[in-house]
Amino acid sequence: MNRAASPQPQDAGAAAPAIVEVRGIAKAYPGGVQALDGVDLAFETGGLTSLLGPSGCGKTTLLKIIAGLLAPSAGEVYVQGRKVTGPGAERAFVFQDFALMPWATVLRNVAFGLELKGRPRAERHETARHYIDEVGLTGFEHAYPHELSGGMRQRVGLARALAVNAEVLLMDEPFSAVDEQTRRKFQEDLLRLRETERKTFLFVTHSIEEAVYVSDRIVLLSPRPGRVSRIIRPDIPRDDSPDQIRRHPVYLDTVEEIWRGLREFVE
Amino acid sequence: MTDKTGGVAGLPAAVPAAAAGEASPDRMLWWRLISVALFCGAWEIAGQIPINFALPPFSRTMAAFFAMMADGSMERAYLSTLQPLVIGVLISAFLGVGLGVLIGLRRDAEWLIAPVFIVLQAAPMAALIPLITFIYGIGLAAKVLAVCLLALPVIVLNSYKAVRNVNPSLVDMCRAFQGSRLQEVFKIVIPDASPLIFAGLRLGVAAGFIGVVLAELLITPTGIGDLITYHRSVADYAEMYAVIASIIVFSAVTLAALQRIEIALFRPETRETA
Repeated sequence: MNRAASPQPQDAGAAAPAIVEVRGIAKAYPGGVQALDGVDLAFETGGLTSLLGPSGCGKTTLLKIIAGLLAPSAGEVYVQGRKVTGPGAERAFVFQDFALMPWATVLRNVAFGLELKGRPRAERHETARHYIDEVGLTGFEHAYPHELSGGMRQRVGLARALAVNAEVLLMDEPFSAVDEQTRRKFQEDLLRLRETERKTFLFVTHSIEEAVYVSDRIVLLSPRPGRVSRIIRPDIPRDDSPDQIRRHPVYLDTVEEIWRGLREFVE
Repeated sequence: MTDKTGGVAGLPAAVPAAAAGEASPDRMLWWRLISVALFCGAWEIAGQIPINFALPPFSRTMAAFFAMMADGSMERAYLSTLQPLVIGVLISAFLGVGLGVLIGLRRDAEWLIAPVFIVLQAAPMAALIPLITFIYGIGLAAKVLAVCLLALPVIVLNSYKAVRNVNPSLVDMCRAFQGSRLQEVFKIVIPDASPLIFAGLRLGVAAGFIGVVLAELLITPTGIGDLITYHRSVADYAEMYAVIASIIVFSAVTLAALQRIEIALFRPETRETA
């Protein structure tokens, strides 16, 4: 719990240069709740890092600070060396509750980031169609969100984030509102997507299995105030099939190890 | 004001979006027609008994209505009533939605403007009408003002609540994708608030109808108010009921049309169900 005992956030083995750097971030909400305190982290280019922790550890707060949606009480965030003062074109956000406009079709929702940037209609629709295809929603371009299942809605949210072609994808518990089967499919799709899109992913989740399955690196946060408690790099062979990975001893051991680490925070 | 927005759900016009999912539009139409027929039948029987000498049966009321249409008195009355009503409702709609959205978006505007409308909405408007006459006389201005006084508060307060209740996640989404404040207001806040804004508009238009009839009954008898007052004073109850029923139907049809406009303009996704 105390900072001296926790491992150094800039852990060894970070080969690629950091694209996102978090320095001394603290966040106190009005009313005195200290959500985050002294968080230092670096996220390497092309990696998929999970922020994992029990509810109330400030993982979503941290992600929103990196997104520029929340201002930290102290500390700075740097993305590609530039200090974050608000949302930026190099970051795209995937929302836990999808945040789709119910009055707009899938096509318009996916193209919305480009619409806000003032791109011409034909161009943004072409891009949107490409990513709708990428997430497997071809044929649903003109459907409205209420006609889609939860999983399909999140695919729209994902396509929208991909369409703006940001370097960093910030995902706030993206699969927590979809059912278990869809969730597993999503995790597999996410791994495939990583291969094709070559982006940096920051992934907030409260599911240990999910974090271990998809991540190169897992940042464990301790609750109230949120601090970096441990950093784990699961050494799982990524070329195995999903079933093999889920039965791999390293996968199972890592899940168990994280649970033992988190247990003390859950009464 | 919460009970106003809550009351919206109780309006028959607001229900179909949810209810029509099960029943086909054809069956819904039949049920409505049957309901209207039952009402008219009960009215006819009540008038034939008669339960009150001043209650004409449905058939005589309809006959009186067509007679008044034929001699042009109904049309003339509507033309003169519609003038303050349309002007008043248009002013209230644009001013009301504008003010309401502004109050919803800005704290300073909220402190400055909201209390006025909260008080106005609580005030019994009929009591203010003599005051209007005192200041604006008995002309068109006084009647327009009566319409606005009744219609504005509910439109403003509903728009304000609507903007406050916009899904914060959608606003975050717009900001995360670098939407400007202006884009946020026009592409997210107003479309997301439009169902509640339009609910307020429907209530406002209904209040406008109350305002114009009140003004015509209390200020100077013109138009519909004149027809009602006149036929009551000479005991032509069939004619009086014809006028009253026609204004009720006219008001209901106007509100239904408003809902159609809302769906067509702002909420294409509900088009199939409504």
